[in-house]
Amino acid sequence: MLQVRGLLSTMVLEESKSVHNDLISQLQNIVGADSVVSHPAELLVYEYDASLDRHLPAAVVLPQTTQQVVEIVKLANRFDLPVVPRGSGTGLSGGAIAIKGGIVIVTTRMNHILSIDYANRRATVQPGVINADLTHYTEHAGFFYAPDPSSQKVCTIGGNVAENSGGPHCLSYGATTNHILDLELVLPTGDVIHTSGADGDQHGLDLTGTVVGSEGTFGIATEVTVRLTPLPEDTQVLLAIFRSVDEASNTVSAIIGAGIIPAALEMMDGLCCQAIEAAYHAGYPPDAGAVLLVELDGLREAVEELVDQVSTICRNHGAGEVRRARSAAERAALWAGRKGALGALGRLAPNYYIQDGVVPRTKLPETLQFVEQVSRDIRLPIANVFHAGDGNLHPNILFDRQDPTNIERTLRGGLEILRFCVEKGGVVSGEHGIGLEKREHIAFLYTTEDLAVMARLRDCFNPRQLFNPDKIFPPLRGCGEVRDQRVAARLAKEGIYAV
Amino acid sequence: MAIVTAPTAKAMGFTEIDAPPRSIIDRCVQCGFCLPTCPTYQLTFSEASSPRGRIHLLRAVSDGRLDLRAAVVREQMYQCLNCRACEAVCPSGVQYGQLVEPARAQIEQAHPRPLWQRMFRTFIFVRVFGDMRMFRLASGAIALYQHSGLRTLVRRTGMLKLLGLDKQDALLPEVPLRFVIPSGQRWQPQGSPHHHVGLFTGCIMSTAFAPTDEATARVLARNGCEVVAVPDQGCCGALALHAGEAGTGRENAKRNIVAFERLELDAIIVNAAGCGAALKEYRHLFHGDPEWSRRAERFSASVRDVSEFLDTLDLVPPGRLDRVVTYQEPCHLAHAQRITAAPRRLLAKIPGVRLVEMEESSLCCGSAGIYNVIRPEFSRRLLERKLKNALQTGADTIISANPGCIMQVASGLREQGKRVRVLHIVDLLDEAYRSV
Ligand SMILES: Cc1cc2nc3c(=O)[nH]c(=O)nc-3n(C[C@H](O)[C@H](O)[C@H](O)COP(=O)(O)OP(=O)(O)OC[C@H]3O[C@@H](n4cnc5c(N)ncnc54)[C@H](O)[C@@H]3O)c2cc1C
Repeated sequence: MLQVRGLLSTMVLEESKSVHNDLISQLQNIVGADSVVSHPAELLVYEYDASLDRHLPAAVVLPQTTQQVVEIVKLANRFDLPVVPRGSGTGLSGGAIAIKGGIVIVTTRMNHILSIDYANRRATVQPGVINADLTHYTEHAGFFYAPDPSSQKVCTIGGNVAENSGGPHCLSYGATTNHILDLELVLPTGDVIHTSGADGDQHGLDLTGTVVGSEGTFGIATEVTVRLTPLPEDTQVLLAIFRSVDEASNTVSAIIGAGIIPAALEMMDGLCCQAIEAAYHAGYPPDAGAVLLVELDGLREAVEELVDQVSTICRNHGAGEVRRARSAAERAALWAGRKGALGALGRLAPNYYIQDGVVPRTKLPETLQFVEQVSRDIRLPIANVFHAGDGNLHPNILFDRQDPTNIERTLRGGLEILRFCVEKGGVVSGEHGIGLEKREHIAFLYTTEDLAVMARLRDCFNPRQLFNPDKIFPPLRGCGEVRDQRVAARLAKEGIYAV
Repeated sequence: MAIVTAPTAKAMGFTEIDAPPRSIIDRCVQCGFCLPTCPTYQLTFSEASSPRGRIHLLRAVSDGRLDLRAAVVREQMYQCLNCRACEAVCPSGVQYGQLVEPARAQIEQAHPRPLWQRMFRTFIFVRVFGDMRMFRLASGAIALYQHSGLRTLVRRTGMLKLLGLDKQDALLPEVPLRFVIPSGQRWQPQGSPHHHVGLFTGCIMSTAFAPTDEATARVLARNGCEVVAVPDQGCCGALALHAGEAGTGRENAKRNIVAFERLELDAIIVNAAGCGAALKEYRHLFHGDPEWSRRAERFSASVRDVSEFLDTLDLVPPGRLDRVVTYQEPCHLAHAQRITAAPRRLLAKIPGVRLVEMEESSLCCGSAGIYNVIRPEFSRRLLERKLKNALQTGADTIISANPGCIMQVASGLREQGKRVRVLHIVDLLDEAYRSV
């Protein structure tokens, strides 16, 4: 997608001003004036997420309770307005962008941990609770929340549910879907359902599994019951340094081939190491060709054994050096570097276009060679940082969106890489979702019939398609430019101008 | 592809001089890592009150999409505490502080305040903070007010409440009657000196916190330094710069550079985190002026926070003090100067002192220069949070390293009737040396 837009239409602003005023005052009645954003200039900060798309909503609401969400959704129905759920806005596929305007429901003030049940290893939280806060809160009792996207200090549990987010530790612990026991969901009609039985188990159809990963198109989660995982007895982290990406990728296959499933197995190429080192000074060698970050956990004796085995495999496959973090602080520093890698790329170029393709692990070496070739073809650097253990690549094409000639090459490069992933038996998105950005690409993966079944499933939940419209499914083409200009003229009167 | 709508009207953008640099704006990739560290975001959970949101507003102004005079721009640039916690965690290295100050300067130019406000600001920033004699006079008046019994009288009559000044009165630190007037006086070490250092005496530090300036000199001398209170120095200029008064800030900087250049010093020691951050960043004030850039660069290179400097010395063992302390990190030490380990190492070197860490030790206490005066509501909520975290540790002393934080925390404790002390880290060290 990657449309770089100025200020475009918002459905309500197109209507008469009085309709907009009416909407705003009714929203204010539900949540109070300080929880509604309606001035165009103030809406600007809700036109983006961490991806590249942009679009202004007509209004933003920050509710605190399920009941308020219900009323907002019902109001949106009366006004025929789209509703877009939004957490912290760290999504990488444009999921939280109000591409058709409408009301954005932000969950950041729904951030209470409602109950914790250590005996049954579960917690119920509001959707705006930050992923890492849940771990911070339960650690003292010997537990953690296992899915750990690199954005975990920022992103919300609700966003994780919607994207079925993964993270380095999902290699051994499984992605978000393996850790969600029940959801309270406000449907696009305003009805409230629970997706599991009171015991958190599935009886009949697996609704919980269906809703996880539906990217806010099935409704908005207002309570989430998650599984808590006991902390392992011991954790060790190794950093293996290689001359080339090839050596590192072969090592990945060798480790898994030896029957070892590390807690995490991450790869970063030389370009990434440079950016990370500049940002974090965590000991990533800037002159390496590639590094592997390997975390091993379990019972103390078993971990020692694994450390030896993995170190040997790394050395046998060309690692010049295998370093072991000697303290919790060193482990934390290495992880901070890995988790900040994406943001650190801002040091290399103003924008990155992140790909999220997945290939079978054994195809990693040739896929990465292909990525290198694409980088030469499009004459733009590509930095690789990814969850090597499950073949989930993140090639980041580095560019500057101010330069229009860059954009075409960037898009072309991204497309070629995703095509290649699919050809090799992989998929176009491992964990960042399809959202806006990948909706053209989803057609590589599924037949028209496959997609039609999915659309019918969505329509069961969201028959009027007012909930997060224009996401996931390939777009039907249309032109809104004339409309855009009219709205731009109106906005200019309010102190905002379009370029 | 890129859909670009034609400009329909002209938005007022940044003028060229002192504009927030586009290169810094462009570094932000909107990953959102700054959100959890931002005090105003933590209070509001509203995107506009986050660094990512504020940078986006500046980007919109720079793109010509948003008018510089829009209410939200002003509101957000001044709601920001400029604590720079976001800078310390930003993976792509956005120098946020270098955006906020120019943005404020642009707002002040674009949106002139009423005449009386401008005159008042000029009076405060140029006459009072720009001229140490005036500053001492004003501070002296406060000291006199506090010590002469006049305050007791005024408080009893309820006059302050009537004038709406009771909160401001509570914020005033106890001003001592004796000030440090930098005029070349020296503190000599026992034996031959290993280091020659200049003391940056500061404005508030040399008056309201004069005993801390003296303690700083004593602790340095005790550790083999010859300390000189360099004459002709003045306020560091940080307050003016934070308020968008770039010109006044530059004048302050030049005077200090000239004053310290005259001497051959191993280091310039500063004990106020806010001043230290400003002194270390003087070069940013002289873009496009190679001569002053070079002089500023040289000056800044020798500036050291007192903790940072003591941490590099083989510290003479201090005496024993039986205290439970907790450490409140000044934003401009932890985030702007990235000094977090040195003060903790120093505390660990005092026998008997036990450090109990508080939650959120690096979250702003709400003082932030004059923030507690212009944004009392946000400031109060941050202070309450800070006090709760600090008191939970059970510490009998809260240690900090910046006058603003110390005054803020102390006034909160006073209000709650708590008997916990707040001390600058060198005051504690000085006490430990004196107990030998
Ligand atoms: C630097 C960086 C690193 C990242 N690393 C990873 C990673 O390792 N693994 C990974 O999987 N992702 C990663 N991401 C992507 C992103 O953080 C995740 O997709 C995350 O789950 C998004 O959460 P959020 O709260 O920011 O959601 P948002 O971006 O606000 O929203 C994402 C989607 O969720 C929907 N949504 C939000 N809340 C709800 C709700 N309550 N109910 C229904 N729908 C809702 C929105 O409509 C939208 O479609 C990374 C992002 C960044 C910027």
